[in-house]
Amino acid sequence: MSTVKATSPRVPTSHSRRKADPVKIASFITLLITTFLMLLPLFFMVSTSLKSKREMLKFPPTFLPESWAWSNYTEIFDTLQFGTLYKNSLIIAGLTVIGTLLSSALVAYGFARYRGRGNQLWFALLLSTMMLPYPAIMIPQFVLFSKMNWIDTFLPLVVPAFFGSAYNIFLLRQFFSTLPEELFDAGRIDGCGELKMWRTIALPLSAPALATVAIFAFIYSWNDLLTPVLYLSSSDKFTLPVGMASLTSSRFRIPPWHLLMVASVLAMVPIVTLFAVAQKQFVEGIVLTGIK
Amino acid sequence: MYLFISPWLIGFLVFALYPIISSLYYSFTDYDIIHPPRFIGLANYTEMFHNDLFWKSVTVTLRYTFISVPVQMLLALGFALLLHQTIPLRGFFRTAMYFPSMVSGVAMSLLWYWIFNPQIGLFNYMLSWFGIHGPAWLMSPDTALYALIIMSFWTAGSGMILFLAGLQGVPSSLIEAARLDGAGRFRIFKNITLPMISPVLLFQLIMGLIDSFQVFTQAFVMTQGGPNYSTWFYVYNLYNTAFKEYRAGYSSALAWVLLIVVLVFTAIIMKLSNRYVHYEGGERR
Repeated sequence: MSTVKATSPRVPTSHSRRKADPVKIASFITLLITTFLMLLPLFFMVSTSLKSKREMLKFPPTFLPESWAWSNYTEIFDTLQFGTLYKNSLIIAGLTVIGTLLSSALVAYGFARYRGRGNQLWFALLLSTMMLPYPAIMIPQFVLFSKMNWIDTFLPLVVPAFFGSAYNIFLLRQFFSTLPEELFDAGRIDGCGELKMWRTIALPLSAPALATVAIFAFIYSWNDLLTPVLYLSSSDKFTLPVGMASLTSSRFRIPPWHLLMVASVLAMVPIVTLFAVAQKQFVEGIVLTGIK
Repeated sequence: MYLFISPWLIGFLVFALYPIISSLYYSFTDYDIIHPPRFIGLANYTEMFHNDLFWKSVTVTLRYTFISVPVQMLLALGFALLLHQTIPLRGFFRTAMYFPSMVSGVAMSLLWYWIFNPQIGLFNYMLSWFGIHGPAWLMSPDTALYALIIMSFWTAGSGMILFLAGLQGVPSSLIEAARLDGAGRFRIFKNITLPMISPVLLFQLIMGLIDSFQVFTQAFVMTQGGPNYSTWFYVYNLYNTAFKEYRAGYSSALAWVLLIVVLVFTAIIMKLSNRYVHYEGGERR
């Protein structure tokens, strides 16, 4: 390697190293092994979801189902009213995404465009709420919502999203701050009001950041267990995680293993789809918003 | 400006400030949510110190946190460093590592509930390849917490993405200059990369701690706090006292202790990190 350095006038970066770099070979092997270990549970999740009830109890577990029990996927709709759970979760997550996007983008714009003293104070307060543990405010919120007769409705799960969420406001504010001032000067000359500039200049330029926030909001709402457990009491209003949690409860003497796996697979479908569709924007968004 | 931030301001007052203050008030009362709260002074707080379940939940949560958060961060940083190089199949590895983080929550708990099953689960089967007879994992008080810790490593990919973003922000000119000066990989990492990504480290450390103090789903779905209270996490305890035993006053006191602990931890880390964390241009815009 030293010869490369001596003869080449350019600095050899790690990108132009020779192929047989032992560190890279070791890294590659490490990655292969860890990725195998990381993906193995997922592989079994899918393959096990297609095994019959009897095959599930076999040890050692078989890699592929002996006979493919596709009926598991219909069985879960009977045992758990999976259709209802799915619909409820989608409605709640959908509304949460809309609420988060609208409110967080608006608030973030306010924080990014005005930099007065009052603004900095509020922003510091906003950041500090990121550290506020939800359980610390859970009980009074519950009391508040029950006084408003919101118990056993979707409202407690959806309405707070329309008031912005600290983390997403922070992300979008960082992104909006990188937009060049000249753009807004041009807009102002054209006689745009702030609200119109937000809508016509800031938002369209922020697709990756907005996609990232949308995905975060969706995943958060889709996976949330504690809030729906608190607020939803009738089973036709349950969300997917609440219904799924009941699969391990004591009402089954032996856990219905095959159904646990089917439920896990089905719960993943929307997230994986979303990720596949928006992956480029998502990764770009994380890099651009610079959570660093 | 206030027009724009008003949604958050209102939300802050209604969904954060008001609840915090009323939770402080409730913490000095005997309250079952149905009947009006009755003021009892510091009784809830003194009870806490004599309550075995409280101390159990504190130990369980701290043990979980102090093992799972640092190891998870090390794994995430390690993966990120490996994947920051140009290496074959890099895109595949990145996606594969991140994938498990998308399964989080109840689905992940159900999956690992099976993996840790001592009779038919995947984990003990894999251990048997090496001739190890695996323990009962979730069914034994000695191993249940460690099972949950092992499970937490599975989502190191989400931290990895953040570290990767951080690594991309390290100027390659600095690294090239150091390499010209004859610095080896390890010195470059220690003197350039690490200081440059220290804000990401700090962010992840604080967020990791706060998240880990709030573990609930795993306990609720997989163990119900057992066996023998070995996974009786703090927030599970809090939830149980408030919504199973209807002791919202005592539970609010628990909530306030959690709040204070989080604030103290964050403050200490921030203070200590002042010396080590490096922000471009000294101060952030």
